[in-house]
Amino acid sequence: MNGDPRDRVHAVGNATTSLAFEEPLLFERSRPGRRGADLPASDVPEVDPAASLPADWLRGDLEGLPELSEPDVVRHFTRLSTWNYAVDLGLYPLGSCTMKYNPKLNEVAARMPGFAQGHPLQPVALAQGMLQLMHELERQLAEISGMDRVTLQPAAGAQGELAGIMMIRAYHEHRGERRTRILIPDSAHGTNPASAALNGYQTVPVPSGPDGLIHPAAVAERMAPDVAGLMVTNPNTLGLFEEQLVEIAEIVHARGGLVYGDGANLNALLGVARPGDLGIDVMHFNLHKTFSTPHGGGGPGAGPVGVKNLLAPHLPVPMVRQLDAAEGSGFVLDYDFPHSIGRLHGNLGNVGMLVRAFAYVRSLGPDGLRRCAEMAVLNANYVRERLRHAYAVPYDRPVMHECVLSDRSFEGTGVTTLDVAKRLIDYGYHPPTVYFPLIVPGALMIEPTESESLEGLDRFCEALLAIADEARSDPERVKGAPHSTRLSRLDETRAARRPILRWQPEPDPS
Amino acid sequence: MRFIPHTEDDVARMLRAIGVPSVDALFASIPEKQRLDRPLAIPAAVSEQEVLAELAGLAARNANAESHGWFLGAGTYAHFVPSAIDALASRAEFSTSYTPYQPEVSQGTLQAIFEWQSMICALTGLEVANASLYDGASATAEAALMAMRLTRRSKVVLSAGIHPHTREVLRTYLDGLGGELASAPRGADGRTAGLAGCVDDATACVILQQPAFLGAIEDVRAVAEAARAHGALLVVTTSEALSLAFLQAPGALGADIACGEAQSFGVPMSFGGPHLGFLAARAAHVRQMPGRLAGQTVDARGRRGFVLTLSTREQHIRRERATSNICTNQGLCLLRATIYLALLGRRGLRELARLNHAKAEYAKAQVRRTPGLSLPLAAPTFHEFVVGLPGPAEAALARALDAGLVGGLDLASHAPELGPAVLVCTTELARRPDIDRLLRALAGSRT
Repeated sequence: MNGDPRDRVHAVGNATTSLAFEEPLLFERSRPGRRGADLPASDVPEVDPAASLPADWLRGDLEGLPELSEPDVVRHFTRLSTWNYAVDLGLYPLGSCTMKYNPKLNEVAARMPGFAQGHPLQPVALAQGMLQLMHELERQLAEISGMDRVTLQPAAGAQGELAGIMMIRAYHEHRGERRTRILIPDSAHGTNPASAALNGYQTVPVPSGPDGLIHPAAVAERMAPDVAGLMVTNPNTLGLFEEQLVEIAEIVHARGGLVYGDGANLNALLGVARPGDLGIDVMHFNLHKTFSTPHGGGGPGAGPVGVKNLLAPHLPVPMVRQLDAAEGSGFVLDYDFPHSIGRLHGNLGNVGMLVRAFAYVRSLGPDGLRRCAEMAVLNANYVRERLRHAYAVPYDRPVMHECVLSDRSFEGTGVTTLDVAKRLIDYGYHPPTVYFPLIVPGALMIEPTESESLEGLDRFCEALLAIADEARSDPERVKGAPHSTRLSRLDETRAARRPILRWQPEPDPS
Repeated sequence: MRFIPHTEDDVARMLRAIGVPSVDALFASIPEKQRLDRPLAIPAAVSEQEVLAELAGLAARNANAESHGWFLGAGTYAHFVPSAIDALASRAEFSTSYTPYQPEVSQGTLQAIFEWQSMICALTGLEVANASLYDGASATAEAALMAMRLTRRSKVVLSAGIHPHTREVLRTYLDGLGGELASAPRGADGRTAGLAGCVDDATACVILQQPAFLGAIEDVRAVAEAARAHGALLVVTTSEALSLAFLQAPGALGADIACGEAQSFGVPMSFGGPHLGFLAARAAHVRQMPGRLAGQTVDARGRRGFVLTLSTREQHIRRERATSNICTNQGLCLLRATIYLALLGRRGLRELARLNHAKAEYAKAQVRRTPGLSLPLAAPTFHEFVVGLPGPAEAALARALDAGLVGGLDLASHAPELGPAVLVCTTELARRPDIDRLLRALAGSRT
């Protein structure tokens, strides 16, 4: 490693831990006769299922499932885990994903038998603690966002968007209006147009202005009588506060439309400003972003949706309701929403994630939540300031919780955003979000979150600065990255051209 | 503030570096009058010790499968969870990582997804499976939308035994796309009857829940023929994935899509979520599948590795023309289920399914012998069945509760035509003495 520029930053092995032994697939480890779980001795008579069912309705051998001992399985998955990067290993700068620290007490709380072992259909009299928690969380989220009611049912942000757009559609239909289009800024997350399309809406892109913001004129021009509303992310995916949102919302409202708020970036606003005060009629929360529930390698999340009172009649059912004094005391599930969009989730939602988010809000309180927003914004601006001379900054102005850089500064070197991302792995970090938002060619979208310390940010910035130097001095090294992981760059094109999507037993040679 | 590392000195240095006078100045882009001019009106922060005590107090007010004998299923099942699952799924490398967009630092998650896909294919008898959907209900709705895209038809025919919540979710999802739902009636034995009469040339798919909500095991082959006669696809959904280890694989019986709820594979009930939707299909239909897929490939030196693939189906690439809007799915639940299937394995899973069935057959035999109780539906069942009662179900379940048992689901609103009745489920957790006590309580005696 003589002369390795990484040494100038800090001594690290690589982004995954260093003992990178090979680990075959479960099926390749399998040996006939092994087992990893035992069953209690049966206390009932044995039954031949063929006595009550035709034999050919019954499952035979479960070919394709492995046979492994418990230590086989534990070592397999422990080894696999060492090939992952994680928030608990270090800064995870994925923009718009809010990879903040996930407090451990949240996990302890969610595992309490009174939460983890409860059943969604048990009588409400036997679930009063759960319903009280859901009621209180609804009130807390409503206050944090400035909305009137909140459904906790959607299982993730995208399902929340779906629910929100369904409520907008139900609102218009209930008023006897048929509106067929919806406005979506060109900087929006892909889930926005996809959720609109699932509602049968045509999407109308709204171009961002040269300052990266949506402008009232661009909305006014497109806000026709057949437009149901506008979907907006604030702060937007460039990390910029939509400064003219109030005026834009007035334009949409004046023409009978509603404004949907994508809450992916709510972390920047906690205790500072509230979407409900900015003209937003309906919004989703990502509890796995703003409210610290772990991302789990891609879920489970939770995507509660807050609405203003005008949309409350259309909320999904059931809602949790506190009985009033005349009715007694306690909490019930309320299905009395005659204009409801219906049910989104098979049960009450990702309740286990609600427990975690509740624990988080209780741990932080009003001051702690505001401090999250303040330090997240401070961190993003610090990173931007440290990198803005080495990387192109397409919208060069103060940001909120994230900043967007681009690879334009490396023109002529052959180094692209993807190369920078992969090289960052060699310096011990997960890459940022890349090639998003789509309006910035070669975007690198960095959201450090409030969890990172000053010295941690300095190390991260020095890594990116070193890569910027390498892009000019030794571009091949950057283009060949990562060099330090168990596997080098993976061939994604080949995976898509000739899909191998499951393991199959070797064909029997006979 | 133990989650945030900044000291006041750090903050001051950072503000200097940025060139702004104060933290407030960082928010200058928010017009003054749009800012919140007061603290949020939520309870003040309390210490970790106090948060946990408060939550323990709330948890203590909920009956649960550890505090009570448990016979309530109806789509969410109390199964034993091997200790290795919590130990492994708690590893921060799995729980605090994100969607594996960067494969070189996500091989652990990706290989586990590939293993999950492989095992779901084996269990369903189909060729491709995705990396999870939110739950069984949304997986079934996504299957219906997928069938509508594949056939360019809009009618969806449901078997009689679709879980009532799944039915509601289907209605919610299909409403925006002009999907039309039709429902076949339930026959006297509990199985779907007269389904062939509901299927026509406008039918995109038939959705058959197996076993039915009230427990009946359906004749999949007959339904497959009825669907095929009109060029409709067959979707077989289940709210109990363990039944896949008991009954013939849906793919082997003519299903084009198999989907449902896999909470039973090592995922706690958690009041209904997070759970684990799965979806499998024929290889020819893969480009219309919703959700993420992991695929095998090689690295620059030819070594095997895994990546997310065929993502041109997905919202982050295809936007409004995506096959679904799903982004975050149920990754950690998928991991738990993958570990569960690896532990139970080829023989253990089948033995477990048969043990569940044996418990139910014992309970049914006892029902037949208990005066006042009956089995109103004659169709064969897996581990869940309807018990007819001599008096109101509410009172019967209250008697069971007095005996420390959560005795099943009151069917008064779900199937009033059966008279007083409860849906009872027996998993491996159901002990014979509790089964006996439950039936005595349901029959009318205080035990």
